[in-house]
Parts: sequence; structure tokens; C-alpha cells
Amino acid sequence: MVGKSEPINGTAKSQPPPSPLSPKSPDLLSGYFSFKSLKLKTKQQELLIRVSILCLVYVLAFVTRLFSVLRYESMIHEFDPYFNYRTTLFLTEKGFYEFWNWFDSESWYPLGRIIGGTLYPGLMVTAALLYWGLRFLRFAVHIREVCVLTAPFFASNTTILAYFFGKEIWDTGAGLVAAALIAICPGYISRSVAGSYDNEGVAIFALLLTFYLFVKAVNTGSLSWGLASAFGYFYMVSAWGGYVFIINLIPLYVLVLLITGRYSMRLYVAYNCMYILGMLLAMQIRFVGFQHVQSGEHMAAMGVFFLMQVFYLLDWLKHLLSDTKLFQAFLRMTVTSAVGVGAVALGVGTASGYISPWTGRFYSLLDPTYAKDHIPIIASVSEHQPTAWSSFMFDFQILLFLFPAGLYFCFKRLSDATIFIVMYGLTSMYFAGVMVRLILVATPAVCLISAIAVSATIKNLTLLLRAKTKAPQSASGKGGSSGKAASKGSLDQSQPFQKNGAIALLFGAFYLLSKYVTHCTWVTSEAYSSPSIVLAARGAHGNRVIFDDYREAYFWLRQNTPPDAKVMSWWDYGYQITAMGNRTVIVDNNTWNNTHIATVGRAMSSYEDEAYEIMRSLDVDYVLVVFGGVTGYSSDDINKFLWMVRIGGGVFPVIKEPDYLVNGEYRVDKGAAPKMLNCLMYKLSYYRFGELTTEYGRPPGYDRARGVEIGNKDIKLEYLEEAFTTSNWIVRIYKVKPPNNRW
Amino acid sequence: MAMATATARSAVLLLALISFLLLLPFLAAALSVDSPKGRRVLVLLDDLATKSSHSLYFRSLQSRGYDLDFKLADDPKIGLQRYGQYLYDGLILFCPATERFGGSLDQAAILDFVDSGHDLIIAADASASDLIREIATECGVDFDEDPLAVVVDHIGYAVSDTEGDHTLIAADDFIDSSVILGDKKIEAPVLFQGIGHSLNPSNNLVLKVLAASPSAYSANPKSKLSNPPSLTGSAISLVSVVQARNNARVLITGSLSLFSNRLFRSSVQKAGSSTRHEKAGNEQFLTEISKWIFHERGHLKAVNVKHNLVGEADEPAMYRITDDLEYSVEIYEWSGSSWEPYVSDDVQVQFYMMSPYVLKTLSTDKKGVYSTSFKVPDVYGVFQFKLEYQRLGYTSLSLSKQIPVRPFRHNEYERFIPAAYPYYGAAFSMMAGFFLFTFAHLYNK
Repeated sequence: MVGKSEPINGTAKSQPPPSPLSPKSPDLLSGYFSFKSLKLKTKQQELLIRVSILCLVYVLAFVTRLFSVLRYESMIHEFDPYFNYRTTLFLTEKGFYEFWNWFDSESWYPLGRIIGGTLYPGLMVTAALLYWGLRFLRFAVHIREVCVLTAPFFASNTTILAYFFGKEIWDTGAGLVAAALIAICPGYISRSVAGSYDNEGVAIFALLLTFYLFVKAVNTGSLSWGLASAFGYFYMVSAWGGYVFIINLIPLYVLVLLITGRYSMRLYVAYNCMYILGMLLAMQIRFVGFQHVQSGEHMAAMGVFFLMQVFYLLDWLKHLLSDTKLFQAFLRMTVTSAVGVGAVALGVGTASGYISPWTGRFYSLLDPTYAKDHIPIIASVSEHQPTAWSSFMFDFQILLFLFPAGLYFCFKRLSDATIFIVMYGLTSMYFAGVMVRLILVATPAVCLISAIAVSATIKNLTLLLRAKTKAPQSASGKGGSSGKAASKGSLDQSQPFQKNGAIALLFGAFYLLSKYVTHCTWVTSEAYSSPSIVLAARGAHGNRVIFDDYREAYFWLRQNTPPDAKVMSWWDYGYQITAMGNRTVIVDNNTWNNTHIATVGRAMSSYEDEAYEIMRSLDVDYVLVVFGGVTGYSSDDINKFLWMVRIGGGVFPVIKEPDYLVNGEYRVDKGAAPKMLNCLMYKLSYYRFGELTTEYGRPPGYDRARGVEIGNKDIKLEYLEEAFTTSNWIVRIYKVKPPNNRW
Repeated sequence: MAMATATARSAVLLLALISFLLLLPFLAAALSVDSPKGRRVLVLLDDLATKSSHSLYFRSLQSRGYDLDFKLADDPKIGLQRYGQYLYDGLILFCPATERFGGSLDQAAILDFVDSGHDLIIAADASASDLIREIATECGVDFDEDPLAVVVDHIGYAVSDTEGDHTLIAADDFIDSSVILGDKKIEAPVLFQGIGHSLNPSNNLVLKVLAASPSAYSANPKSKLSNPPSLTGSAISLVSVVQARNNARVLITGSLSLFSNRLFRSSVQKAGSSTRHEKAGNEQFLTEISKWIFHERGHLKAVNVKHNLVGEADEPAMYRITDDLEYSVEIYEWSGSSWEPYVSDDVQVQFYMMSPYVLKTLSTDKKGVYSTSFKVPDVYGVFQFKLEYQRLGYTSLSLSKQIPVRPFRHNEYERFIPAAYPYYGAAFSMMAGFFLFTFAHLYNK
């Protein structure tokens, strides 16, 4: 098995003519000291080239992710990274045990949140270790810089891993190409630019590490590689909830190997070692706990584990029983009873509630329409939407065409390793189609498979080019060693123009690859390097306009409100308010309590007096809304408002979605539904907006985000008062008045 | 040298003396600083004659230490505050006819005065202006809209020498609260002549202190009654008080003559009653209720809210679930001259997170300290110690103190659980068995 990829390597190495220089070198050493003395053996040359390519790719992967720092500044992006940053800061200040036991009373007021038990600590611990390491080496860095650069750093490490993985499943050439492809692939860059301090940043590294080590373990059948893959899995579990993908993909892969008759002792050792140790290690993560033995999503792995033991038993019995007929009967009996026992155990476990049913997120992966009908809170997140074709093109570009080609090559040369990468590629492509964010998971597989296509094609083409010079040699020497390449070569030799055709195809390949590079760079710099907390737009004269309203508002909160003030906002902004504004929030991006979010949704979609009762019961002091009507910023609260209605109405049936719609249409102008025009969110967004002229030649109160003149310009607030509005009106903060003194 | 020292010493002495003299008023103020309210009261009058015609009432206030400042309501120099500081602690509006005040004073200023915690007495009259009516409306009291209507009672009127039109009524339907009206029962009926008002039902802070009898009604006595009167019976309030959420107190009545010397001194006999009181109840009633309005009575304060773990003295920043804690608070009542311990058995504290998880009655040591102890519920979250104490006549106490409750730390659970011993045993016997088996398997051949 180890030698499986060697023939190709062998031919690769033997392609250049045997070096004539090696015997000469001793006397040359004395004669020419400068350049020729450094002349290396072919093998060393190749190593040098390989290492330098890898180094360049390593640097490139890091550098291309720094666009965001150059364009804006060294800052944390988006929403979740602010929570990760806040927790990392806490970890570095208070130490690991305080972090592990942290009960946060500043979020989810008044319920609070056990941070230590509800997060994946891998990212924070990684960043803290990097920070402590740098401090130990006397680099006086700030923790924020470490957090900003963690994702690019791990992206660089992923390229190295991609090289080894490619080498394991195909050859070094494919590994190098895979490293280069993944270094700049937009699908991966979107989640790993500098500042995008999110779990995915390290998790893709951990995912690929686990897969690589597992494939290595299957290929070698070695306990130590199995152990290593268990630790890789542990790191993955500690870093991201996407580990569920691993714990389902690997059993599926094993099952496929069992069905296709590729069961072997190597597989038995690798899987058992990885599953048992990985499971025990994963239980150490508080957030995961006993899910490996109690949750429906992890049952496939356990079932395959038991099936594996049945296979082993059968193998042993087959060895003992020489009578095949007897064995057939026994086989039928055992397999039936094993499957029966498994099904009964699963049924009893589920019925008794010991095994929890699948979660909504998992269901929505299998059935993309599930979330839309049942869990609005999952469906409301933009990154959980089904993927559009354009984003596949955007994120993969030529890889989208190379992927099927790579699959072809993999099927041409099936081995345990290629079966794995094929399965990884196909399943992850399916999931990428279901959810936008899972394009990220598919990216390494797509890059690896495409790399196989690129590498194999170019190798074949160069073989053709070189064929003329050494046709006699190759015809005799290579016939047996590399069936495919040689047969192809000999086949093509009979055809005319084959050399010109090969040259043209090579140029075509290089053209495509260079296009890929320009596309990736363009996408990275234009689309994926925006921090989304600072907005940039082009002004009327083509100049750049920066809207820094979010930070302005959070700074205002930090400076002007009492330290124990409670801020109510839609959950999107919860993490940012706690991290930057340092104030207590009612709900945040960790959407663990649907009822609490629905309560906020209900308050936002009620009339002011009803909302006041709700806000009083939650001790709310300030209400924060995001409004894009002045700047034309479209992802504001009015555009998210239907989700608030839907989520609020899911728990409190007094909120009815049709009340806010007119003929099934959602509008804010004069034709809007009366309830819409008078609900709290509308009032808070458009308060005093009717006096403002936003665009020349438009009536006052013209909403630029929706392109309409608003329907209710005369808004009076009774229970709230405006406390602060940022310079571009993007964030508006209102103070909840105390109850009337004399009534 | 010595002379220089001497001059220096005398200079120091002089400086000390001057500073002492400068500080004296502040020191004096500091001595009475624990009184809940100050004693500067502005009295606005329509006519300075009121000052002498109502002198008995004013004198009773002055004798209790109030510093009354009489001004005409249209005096252009009236101002309640200067440089953001209020100049007065109380305001008496004896100016029912005033359409607008002089100076910077207007309706909003008066309501702000109340909303910043100051007390107010409003007396309207048959000629009450819209301004006075609106201020009353803002406080939850609606005077009869008919400008000529007064309260008439053909059964509960005060007997007098001339038959009259029964607009001078003898009212004795007092609120049952010794906190508001004092411990001594008011024996004589109160003489009332003026307009009636009703309480706004949506306002739950306003109280009827003196109600009209069931036979009273509000109408113009000079004209024939064509429609049924809008206000009748005991729905008519003669004197009402409001205690706002910030404990500012407001008295509203539709009769300025209620405070007059004439009715203070008058004897009273209620129609149908044989007893004749030498003096009307007005003086006692108004003196007692003024004490309440100006916070001489019924004022509580809660201080030293403390909570801690049982057996510890310091207040923790956070509790753990199932901790045992102690809560204590000191409550005092202002007796008019000093803070006395408030004694009651119905003070309760809630341990509250969206709903009360614990509700305990506090026990008192009769010296003002209320305390209790309880176990933190097995629920984590951000709790509040909430003490909401609202009793008739007393200022409302509303204290809340936020405290988070955390779950157990990872090392606060039991390390070894008895119920798990079979599993420990199973694990270790398995290990031993495996070791023996390996040994036997490897070396048995």
C-alpha cells in the first residue's frame, strides 16, 4: 500500500536522463568554485524546487489574506469574531480555568450564558498559545494582532497540509499543485482573511489534518498514525461544530470500503483506533460532552464501529470454518441478527430519549427546505441559504471544471486514498449546494481533486513533449511500470500533430491557471476583504467613502451609558455590543434560546405601548436599531424585519405575518400595512427621518436602501426618546423612558 | 522673629474664625440634613388679602418651621429654580383664578417641580381657571367641567342660621389611614364649600382623602337642574392626594375656603345630627394632612442593603447556585424630628429573574434592621434582590440590586460518586483482566 504511488514517482524521477555530472563533480569542485560547484543531484534539485515552491506558496497564502489590513486597518471583522476576540482576551487575562468556568452575565440578560460550556475553545486556546509563545520570545504583540493574523497563519499551514495530502493520494506534483490552488482559492479565503477571527479559520486546517492522518493511517495500517488522526479529530472537535461532518464522512467511507470488498486489517486498525480514542478525547470538550454516545448524528459512526467488529469476527470464522456452505449460512444469520440488534438498539434508544433525535441544523442539511418551514431562526441567516450557481463560479472558477476531470483521474486509479477523496469531494459538494457557508468545507476537496486533474494532465502532456527525444527508451523501459502514461504515450505517438497539440494544450492549461490567479486575487481584494463593520462606498467623484458608524455607536454606548445598562437590539449585533460597547445585551449571535429571541422580535414588531411592557419586563435601558435609509445600506433592520416578525410569531401567535404585508408584499411606503407603519421597529428606524432630504430631487423621507418615500413621516415616540444617532444614521440608539411619574 | 510668628499665628486664627463663620450655615444645614425634605415653601396667591384671611393655616405651617414665601401669582419675578437648583421644597397654589403665572412659571414648570420630587398643594374654587384645572388633570384629578357647578348636598349640609342653598357641606367620609390623617381621630366634620372633582380611573396613584356623602351632587345651585348632574354621590372627591412614583406628594381640593380662618373657627352641626361641635374639623384635618404632604409623616427610607454568604461579611460579586445567603436592609421612618426604626411584619424580598424564584418575609429586630436568609435556587442567571414595599400613606420603597448566579465550577462537583463505583470497578477489573489475558496469551506456549 505504501508503494502504491511509487510508480509514478519513479517515472517522475527517472524522466531526466541520468545525471552525467555526478562522477565529474569532484574535480569540478577544485576548478570552479562559484556556480557549478553548487550543482546538485537531480533528486536534490527536485527537493530544492519543491521546498522553495512550498515556501513561496506558504508566504503567498499569508500575504494574499492581508488585503483587508491594507485597505482598512488591523481589526476584527463581522459578528462572531468579536465574540471570539472577547473570549480570547478573557482567556489571556484570566487564565484557562477561569475561561473554562466563565459564566457571562453580560449576554442573554437575564438568563446569562455559560461561555465555557457553550463554545468550541480550540480557536481561543490556539490564539492564546500563539500569544503566550510570542510573549515568551519577547515579541511585545497585542492580542488583537494575534487574533487578526491567526486565520492567515492557519491558511498557510493548510497549504503545507494540502501538499502532504496530495502527495498521499496521488503524487508530489499533485501535492504541489494542490498547495498552490488552495492557497488562493476564494472559497477558503472568504473565511480566512486577516481579521476574520472565526472558528473556520483553524477548523479547515484541523479538518484537513484529520483526513490526511486518517488516510495515512488507512494506507499504512499503523497504530501511531491512527492515534495521530484521533488527536487531529480532537483538535477539530475543539475548534468547530463542523466536526460532525468528519464523524459521519469517515464511517461512510469505511462502509463503502466494506461494501466494495476492500476490508483490510489496515482499515480495521485505523478506524477503531481513530474512533475510540477520538470519541474519548472529544468528550473532554464540554460543549460536546456525551453527544458521541447520545446524539443521533453520531450514531452512524458507532454503527459502523460495531459492523467492523462483525466483519472481523466473520473473517476469523471464515478462517476457522473451511466449509463455505456452512459459512454462507452463518454469514446470513450473523449479518441479519447484527443489523436487527442494531436497529432495535437504535429504536429503543431513541424511544427512551437516551439518543437525542437529529437537530434542526442537521435536518436542514439533508432536506434544504426543512429550515424554511420549521426553524426560521436558521433560515434567517444569510450564510445558511442554499447556494446560488454564481457563488460556485465566484468561489471556484476553473476548479469547477477541473473537479470532474479530477474525479475521472481518481476513478481511473482507484485506491483506498482516492476513494476517500472522491467521497469527500462528492459529499461536501452536495453540502456546499445546500448551504452557502459549506462551500468552505468543499474547498479543500475541490482543490485536491482539481490538483490531481492539473497535475496528471500536465504530466501527460510533458511526457508527450519529451517522448520524441526518448521514445526508444520509454517504449522499452516504461511499458510495464506506468501503464496509463505509457499506453497513452504509445497511443498518441501514432497520431499526427501530437506534439503541437500538446504544446497548445499546455499553453491552454497555463492560460487557465493564470486566469485563476487573477480571478482569485481580484475576488480577494474586492469581495472578501471587507470587515463589514466598517463600510466603504464610492462617492460621487469616485473617491472612497468610509462609514464607521458601528464603531461610533458602540463607542458612544461605552462612554455614555451606565455600566450595567441593558441594550436591546436584534441578535445580529449582540456580540459586537458586548465586545465593543461593553454593555449587557438581551440576545446575541449565539442563538441558543429561541424564546428569548422571539421575545425581542415580538417587542420590535409590536406597537410602542405593548413593546414598552416587554422592555420593562426585560429591564431594557436602551434600544439599538440599524438603519440604512440614509446611506443606502441594505442589510439593515428594516430589511431583516420580516424575520423578526416570523421568529416572534413562531413563539407568540399574537404576531401574525400577514398583518405586516399588503397583498403578500412587504413595503414601507404609503401603501404599507397600518401595523407595519406603527410598529416599534418602523418608528425607531424612521423617527425624524421624514424631515430629512436624503437625495437631491427626491421628497424628504426618501429611503435610499429601499428606494421609496416612507409612509409614516410624522412619528411620535411616547415611551422612548432618541439618545444617539450616528453621523450617517446607520445606528440609532433610543433610551427607554422610566414610567410616568404621576400616573 | 517672635513678632513674625505672633502675627502669623493671629492670621491663622483669624482665618480659622472666618472659615468657621462661613461654614456655620452649612454646619447648621448639615445638622438637619437627615430630614427628608426641606422647609422652603412658595405660596402663590391671587390676592394678598388671602394671606390674612387664611392666616391660621399659614401660621400652623410656620409654627412647624416652614419658611413661607408669599407672592402674587402674576408677580413677574416668580421663579422656581435658579441655576438649575430649586429654590423651594414645596409649592402652595392658592390662586384659583390665575389664568397665567408671572415670570418663568407655567404649567410645565410646576409639573417638572413635582417630577423632581417636590410637594404641591392646589386649591381651586368655583372660579377655577383652566390653568389650575389642567395642572390638576395632569395629576389625575378632573374638576367638574361646568364652571358654575359646586358641590351641593341637601342631606349632609352644615346647619346654619340662614337656610341657604346647602353648598356649605359637612363632610366626614375620611380615608381610613392614620398615616395620612394622624393617630387622633377627627371627630368634627370638615366644612367644605367649593367644586368637586373625580379621580381619573386610569391613574392608580391618586387617593380620595375626603369624599362627599352619597347624597351629594355637583351642579349650579342657582339654576334649575335640567340634566342629571355628571358627578354624584361618593364618586365626588372633595380632597385628594397623589403620591407620585418619586414620592412627591400633591394635595388637590376644589375649595380655597377650606383653609380659611372663617371655616377654621366656625362651629359645625351636620344636618340630621344632634351633636354640635364647637369647632369644625378643618384645622385638625388640614394640619394633619399638611404634615403628610410635607413629609413629616409616612416617609420611609431604606439604607444599608446588604447581602452575603452565610458566615461571611463581604458582599460577593456573584453567587453560585444553592449557596446559602443572608439579606438585610435597614428601614427607618421619619417621625417629624428624627428617624425612628420602622416596625412591620410584612416587608418582603424577592429573589427575582423574570419572575420571583424566592419570596421571603423579612424579620425585624425592632431596631430597623430587617433580615432573612435563604438558599439560592438551582437556576443560574442574573438575579435581582427586589424589595417593593407599598403601603397606604407611606412612601414607596423600591430597591433592586442585581447579582449574577453562576453554575458550579468544574471542580466543585463531587469527585467520586458512590453510584459510580460499579463502573470504576468494571473499568479497573477490565484493565487487570486484559493485562492478565495478554500475559497468559503471550507466555502460555
